[in-house]
Amino acid sequence: MSERRVVVTGLGATTPLGGTIAETWDGVLAGRSGAKPLPEDMLERYELPVHFACTIAVDPSEVLSKVQIRRMDPSAQYAVIAAQAAMEDAGSPEPDPERLGVAIGTGIGGVWTLLDQWDNLREKGVRRVFPLAVPMLMPNTSSGNVSLLLGARAGAHTTVSACASGAESMGTGYEMIRQGRADVVVAGGTEAAMHPICFAGFAQMQALSTRNDDIEHASRPYDTGRDGFVMGEGAAVMVLEEYEHAKARGARIYAEFGSIGMSADAHHITAPEPEGAGASRAMREAVERAGLADSDIVHINAHATSTPVGDVAEANAIRRAFGAAADGMPVSATKSMTGHLLGAAGALEGLLTVLAVHHRTAPAAINVEDLDSKVDLDVIRGEHRTLPDGDIAALNNSFGFGGHNVALVVKSV
Amino acid sequence: MADQQEILSGLAEIVNEETGLDPAEVQMDKSFTDDLDIDSLSMMTIVVNAEEKFGVRIPDDEVKNLTTVGDAVTYIQNNQG
Repeated sequence: MSERRVVVTGLGATTPLGGTIAETWDGVLAGRSGAKPLPEDMLERYELPVHFACTIAVDPSEVLSKVQIRRMDPSAQYAVIAAQAAMEDAGSPEPDPERLGVAIGTGIGGVWTLLDQWDNLREKGVRRVFPLAVPMLMPNTSSGNVSLLLGARAGAHTTVSACASGAESMGTGYEMIRQGRADVVVAGGTEAAMHPICFAGFAQMQALSTRNDDIEHASRPYDTGRDGFVMGEGAAVMVLEEYEHAKARGARIYAEFGSIGMSADAHHITAPEPEGAGASRAMREAVERAGLADSDIVHINAHATSTPVGDVAEANAIRRAFGAAADGMPVSATKSMTGHLLGAAGALEGLLTVLAVHHRTAPAAINVEDLDSKVDLDVIRGEHRTLPDGDIAALNNSFGFGGHNVALVVKSV
Repeated sequence: MADQQEILSGLAEIVNEETGLDPAEVQMDKSFTDDLDIDSLSMMTIVVNAEEKFGVRIPDDEVKNLTTVGDAVTYIQNNQG
């Protein structure tokens, strides 16, 4: 069997910048911040040190029915909205259901359901625990619901690797098609973790920005004034399709999904390995498996969460992976606008990388006023960068607590 | 005490909220599973909400005997308050 190529034919998302991927991309190009204040009552009740987050722009109740809202955790609601939009964007392909797959990652899963139902049990008793509590809180609730919605029967997978989950799921979808298990896979990530416990937990780790008086400038990757990430939520999904299958139905092809590289640090449960050995191995693996030379990579969408340690570790890893060739890889840090969507981050940034290659435009980061001298990268600021004509490729990095490193390669077609 | 018609329309509201079914579909002779396509998980939610609304206790053992909407209405009518 000749090598099966995988292309991207549909995109869908609901994010802090908009209810669609088009609005999200426009927001990124406009340099808009998705940061919004958190509800007063939540802040008062729990005395949270963080007063803001990149909450979702369009409430799911504007898109889904009342019954869908009741029967799905918010994380699954976001995933279903993004998956449906991605399939429509792909021209509603109707493959044999047994050739249609799903891969949706999440960092935390149904945390709202878990804790709401725990509150019900304690305050009202066992009879008031919702019978759908378990299928709503399980981490595979999103892939299960998307599979159900689309009638996808080739397999429904859930990758869980913290903030690398969304990127890893796209790799899972890519491998499903390469291995011949499916012709079309709906792949992405979702997260709905704006629960006080998540703010409390991340805040206790000192991982979140506390720039409460200037929230739109809080997410500032690579800037010397960065003080932690800004929590985000939402979902992003792409339709991956076997190239001949896409061609046969005359589908619009955004880009080719070139490969995935993965590694684990085995260094610390949360801290990145400072020299970036593991992360650079994932990047090298992705480029080599895509059959590319370093000079073919003309753009990187970095993980760049705006934490003091993580941003420098990633910069070191990029240099370690590509040496002088990294000078020719302008870097986007889109979390400066979207915030950090945790388990959906790698998926959203995967979509933004696809759009960057498709439109040959790499978006500028906002809030990088004073580039950290320890970051030896061509970080795009001010003007967006026009990418070259001809065959190009771009890299998307995602890393997660647990030491997970994932790098994706996207190629022009 | 709610009369039969009040119980039926109250139950129809609960079914609508849980499943999205048109309340007009919820009639005395309809089977929850065969006609209204209500699965056992939805049935549990409907039962708990009906208990709260009408002040009755419907034991789990009793739920399996409630085949039709009419069965439920009658049970609630005979056991309320």
